[in-house]
Amino acid sequence: MAEYSAFSLLKNALTGNKDWKPAWRKPDPKASYDVIVIGGGGHGLSTAYYLAKEHGITNVAVLEKGWLGSGNVGRNTTAVRSNYLLPANTRFYEHSMKLWENLSHDLNYNVMFSQRGCLNLAHTPGQFDDLARRGNAMRHLGVDAELMTTAEIARLVPAIDVSGSARFPIVGGLMQRRAGTARHDAVAWGYARGADRRGVDIVENCEVTGFLRDGDRITGVTTTRGEIRAKKVALAVAGSTGRVMQLAGIDHMPIESHVLQAFVSESLKPIIDTILTFGMGHFYISQSDKGGLVYGGDLDGYNSYAQRGSLPIVDEVMSEMLALFPGLARVRMLRSWGGVCDMSMDGSPIITTGPLPGMYLNCGWCYGGFKATPASGWCFAWTIAKDEPHEFNAPFMLDRFYRGLVIDDKGQGATPRLH
Amino acid sequence: MLINCPYCGPRDVIEFTYQGDGNRERPQAASQNLDAWNAYVYDRLNPAGDHNEIWQHSGGCRAHLRVVRNTLTHEISSTAFAHGGHKSAARHKAEGKS
Repeated sequence: MAEYSAFSLLKNALTGNKDWKPAWRKPDPKASYDVIVIGGGGHGLSTAYYLAKEHGITNVAVLEKGWLGSGNVGRNTTAVRSNYLLPANTRFYEHSMKLWENLSHDLNYNVMFSQRGCLNLAHTPGQFDDLARRGNAMRHLGVDAELMTTAEIARLVPAIDVSGSARFPIVGGLMQRRAGTARHDAVAWGYARGADRRGVDIVENCEVTGFLRDGDRITGVTTTRGEIRAKKVALAVAGSTGRVMQLAGIDHMPIESHVLQAFVSESLKPIIDTILTFGMGHFYISQSDKGGLVYGGDLDGYNSYAQRGSLPIVDEVMSEMLALFPGLARVRMLRSWGGVCDMSMDGSPIITTGPLPGMYLNCGWCYGGFKATPASGWCFAWTIAKDEPHEFNAPFMLDRFYRGLVIDDKGQGATPRLH
Repeated sequence: MLINCPYCGPRDVIEFTYQGDGNRERPQAASQNLDAWNAYVYDRLNPAGDHNEIWQHSGGCRAHLRVVRNTLTHEISSTAFAHGGHKSAARHKAEGKS
C-alpha cells in the first residue's frame, strides 16, 4: 500500500495521527558507502533516488551542509518548461518534463505540478519571428508549442497591457501549454522520502571540508562529522561548485557563481494563471496557489556567493513588471531573496564523469536548475552507475568547451552573466 | 555598491560593466597553443572571498579598472587602472587639469 493515500490519511486520523513516520531518518554517517552525493538539494536528492530506483544502488549517502532543501531548491520561482531552441537542450528538458508529468505518482508525494503553461512575449516583429523559429524547432522534436496573437493573449491574461501605447507593445507570443509550476519544497521532500525508503542515508548538517585521495583518485571526503569513504563521489552543489572543487585542488572551472533574486508580492485574487515572460528585458512572473505573485529578473551581474541581492536589480525588475502590468503599481512586495547560481560558459549544464578519477560532477544550471531536477538526477544517476553518460546528457560533458561543442541556446558566448 | 573610479571618484555600481575574472591571460594573437586559448576563453577563477576582477566604467569615463572585491561581502579592497590608465588622461592628471 502507498504510504500516503486517502486510506492512510483516514486510518491515521482515526488513531490520532500518532503513527506517521518521519519522511526521512536522521542517520549518522557510516564509515563508507558505494556512492556519496554531496549536496542535499533537488538535484542531489533526485540523483540518490534514481540511483536506488533505476540502478539498485542503495548504499548511498547524501551529505548536506545545512538542512535539507535550504539552498536553491527552495529559492527558485518554481517554473518548469522545455521550450528550448537547440536539440540537446530540448531533448534533455523534454525528458525532464515527462518525468515531471508523472512525478507525484512516482514519488507518492504531491509535488503540486500544475501545467498552467508558459507564455514568452514578443514585442517586435523580429522577435515574433524568432519565437516562431523556436516553436518550430520544439515541434520538430515532438514538444508542444503554439504561437499566440495579441488578441488571444489579451483573453488569456486580461490584466496585461496589450495596447499600442504600452511602453513595449506586444505583437504576439509563444505558448508551451505543458509547462507549469510545482511546489519546490515538496519536490525536495518527496525525493528525500523516496530515497530514504530505499535505504539511502540523508545526512544533514554535514559539511564537506576536503577530499580523501589515493594519488589522483578521489576515495572519500572529510566532513564536519568525520571521514567517509566511497567508491564514487558525486557533486551536486550548484552555486557552491567553485568552493567544493577548490577543496579537490581544482581552481579553474568554466563556471562563475552569480546571485539571482526572486520576489513575492502580497496575496491577490487570481489574476495570472500562466507563467509569463517579458521580451524586452529579463522578467518572468506567475501566481502561486496562495495568491502571491512570484517573479524575478536578471542576475545582479557580478560574481557573488552572498545569498542576497542589490537594489538596482530590484528597481529594474519592478519597472519591467509595471511595463507589462501597469495595474500592479500599488501592489506591495512581501519578500525578496537571493540564490547563488552556477553560471556556465554556454548557459547549459554540466553532467559529467570526472574531472578527477572517482569523481562525478553535476553543475552549471544557471537559472534553470529547478525544472531540470528530475532529469538531472536521472541522467546523473545513470552516469554514476555506468561510468558513462546517457544519450540525454552526453552533450553536457565537461570537455565540450575544449572540443568546440558548446550548447549556447541564447548565442551569448562565454559571458556567464548574459546567459 | 560603490566603486571608487580613479578618475571619477566613488560611483554607483550601475555605471559599471562587469568583465569578470581579472586573472586570465590572453595568449599572443598568433599563438597556436589550444590549451592556453581554451583556458583564456572558458576557465575562470571563482573564489568565495577576495576576487581580482575587471570592471569598465562604461557609464562614465570608460576606463577599464582592476578591482579586488570580496564575493561574500561585496567589500572592495582596491581599485586601480587595469592597464595603468590611458596615456592622455594620465598626462591630463599629471598636468593638474581638472
